[in-house]
This record gives sequence, C-alpha cells and structure tokens, in this order.
Amino acid sequence: MPSLKDLKIRIESVKSTRKITKAMQMVAAAKLRRAEENAQAARPYADRMNAVLSNLAKGAKDSPSAPKLLTGTGQEKTYLLIVATAERGLCGGFNSSIVKLARTEANKLQSEGKTVKIITVGKKGREQLRRDKADLLVGHVDLSEVKQVGYDNAHGIAMDVLSRFAAEEFDVCKIYFNTFKSVISQIPTAVQLIPATFDTVEGGDDKGTLYDYEPEEEAILADLLPRSIATQIFTALLENAASEQGARMSAMDNATRNAGEMIDKLTIQYNRSRQAAITSELIEIISGAEAL
Amino acid sequence: MRLDIVTPERQLFSAEVTSVRLPGMEGDMTVMENHAATVTTLRPGIVTVVGGDSAGEFVVTGGFAEISTDGASILAERAMPRADANADILQGVLAEAKAAVEIAESGEASAAARMRVNDVTELMKLVG
Repeated sequence: MPSLKDLKIRIESVKSTRKITKAMQMVAAAKLRRAEENAQAARPYADRMNAVLSNLAKGAKDSPSAPKLLTGTGQEKTYLLIVATAERGLCGGFNSSIVKLARTEANKLQSEGKTVKIITVGKKGREQLRRDKADLLVGHVDLSEVKQVGYDNAHGIAMDVLSRFAAEEFDVCKIYFNTFKSVISQIPTAVQLIPATFDTVEGGDDKGTLYDYEPEEEAILADLLPRSIATQIFTALLENAASEQGARMSAMDNATRNAGEMIDKLTIQYNRSRQAAITSELIEIISGAEAL
Repeated sequence: MRLDIVTPERQLFSAEVTSVRLPGMEGDMTVMENHAATVTTLRPGIVTVVGGDSAGEFVVTGGFAEISTDGASILAERAMPRADANADILQGVLAEAKAAVEIAESGEASAAARMRVNDVTELMKLVG
C-alpha cells in the first residue's frame, strides 16, 4: 500500500503528463489544418498533370519508342520501394502501418524471387525497417530539418530515383505512404511510380479533346514524365504530413483522456487511504478512552 | 478567357483575361479566346497577361501549358510575379541547368540542357 505522500507525487506527475499530451494535441491540431490546406492547394496541379499525361500516354503506350518511364524496362525483376514515414514518433500507429504494408509487400516480392531495394524517407521508417530488412536499404532521405515539405524536397527524391532508373538499378518503383482520410482514419497506400500509371479521368475528358502538341508528343512525354513522378512524390509527402498530424492528434487525445482517468483513480485511492488513516486513528483514541 | 497559373504548391493566379503570351519551347506564342487546343512545354521566361484588372507579368522556370478553346492553364514548377523575381532566386535554377549539361549523355540531351542554361541566363538579365 503506497503511502499518502507517494500517491500525491504520482497524481502530480500524471497531471503534468496530461498537460504535455494536451499541448501536443493542440499543436498537432494547428499543424494539421496547415497541412490539410497545403494538400488542398497542391491538388489542382497534380490533377491537371494527371489529366494531360493520361491523355498523352493513351496515344504513346503502343509506340515502340515510348519512354521507358511509361512502358517499363520490359521486365519486373527488381523493385524499388520508397517508404515514406514521419521523422518523429508519438503519433499512434502512423509509422507502423506504413512499414507493415511495405514489409508485407517486400516479403511477398522476395518469396516470388524478385530483388527488393528500399529507400526510406523519414527516420522512423528507417529505424523499423533496419531490424529485419537492413540489407535491402539502399538510401535514406532525411527530412528532419524540413519544417514543411516543399516541392523541392519531392524534386530531390525524384531526381535520385530517376538517376537510379537511368542506371538500371530497378525495373518497378512504388511509393508507400498514408492517405489522409480523417483525423481518426489514415489509410496506408501504395502507388506505382514507374512504369507510370494514371488514374482514368472521370467524365469530362471522355470526348477526348484533340490537342496539338508542341514539340511533338513524345518529346513532351519525355519532359513531363519525370515531372509527374516528382509531383506524385510531392502529393504523397503532403498526404503523409497531414496524416501524421491527424494521427498524432488522435493519439494525444487518447493519451490525455487516459491520463484523466488515471488521475481520477489515483485521487479516489488517495482519499480512501486518507479516510482509512483517520478512521484508524479515531479507533485508537476511542478504544484508548474506553480502556480507562 | 480563363487563365490559371498553378504551381505544385498552390494556385498562383486564376482570372478572366483577354490574352496571354507564353514562352513556348518552340517560340513565344500568344493565346486568345478560341485558340486551338494545344499542349506545349515552356522554357524559362516571362508570361505576360493582358486584359482587365489582372494584367501582369509572371516569371516561370519551365513547365507546360494546356490550352483549350475556352481557356488556358499554365503548370509551372516554379512561378512568381515578376516583381518578386530576382537574379538570386534564379541562381539555383541556373546551377541546376548547368549541372544537367555536365551529366547529359546524348548530344540531344546536352543541346537541350545548354538551351536551358541560355534561357535562364536571358531571363536573369530580364529580371535584373
């Protein structure tokens, strides 16, 4: 049975933990709003890019001289997985869920006899993957100095991936990240970057506007595909940033609530043992008086 | 016609305009209402917007433009109002372009990269 003083110290320490988690929750909420706005602002560019490219790709897919970024290298032996996670923890299952998805796919690919290479973005994913996939890690992108992901960060990653592709280090490239659905729901997602795939544009463009291309289609395609990869990576990073804050917010909300429950329990225990002490003291006095 | 200028990070400009002059890869072009549907890549240069309250100039460092009969959208990797642009900002772009010349393998790629260096240098002179 802990003494009254011990209990009091416990209660105080849980109270300050609650203050910290509450503060972290509010910081995450503020950051989440910004991250969501950023993701929203980036959408028009990504959508247009996708629309134009899917239009172009439809025509070029069968051409023998189509860029390799679109058609692939003709084989599927080596996979490059980009695993994008957060730089910091304390955000619930955010990092683990991405790593889990990537790990499952890596295992599956390996059991099919493919070679897997992994590039990690963000410290947390690297830490988790180093445990059992250390020999597959071929690169790491550190974003810990970056307060807010910009297009330049994505551009840098894309350049690295493209130079590896040019050096024929891999055939297929996929990126793993969390899609932001809501504060309580982030969905681990995999998107294939190379060979390029495009969401079919819904409605509207079905009439298939005939565009003039300047310079000719293939030159444009060769120019746009690398940009589109950077854009897709950028979208992934933005989704990730929003998801991270959302996950942290709900994790910290839970932590705050748990701390509250704990304080209630400890307070009851504190009061009970205080009353027990008083009662036993009274009994001692009364029985002492009766003995006289 | 409707003109949108978007960068990966945000929508920079969106308004009704009379015409716009673009630094197309194969030469400058002016786009007005009912222009034939065209997709063109852009070289580093200045986009001039004419018409209405929204007239102005923007500096772009490349990208592409999608033109349809009722409007145009410019997708630029980096774009800013001309007033905000200066040689320092473009210095990074120039360094990148120069690096591309170094690593270009085929003659075609190296010619394209050299052209980009030229364009950026021109643009730097323009914005001062």
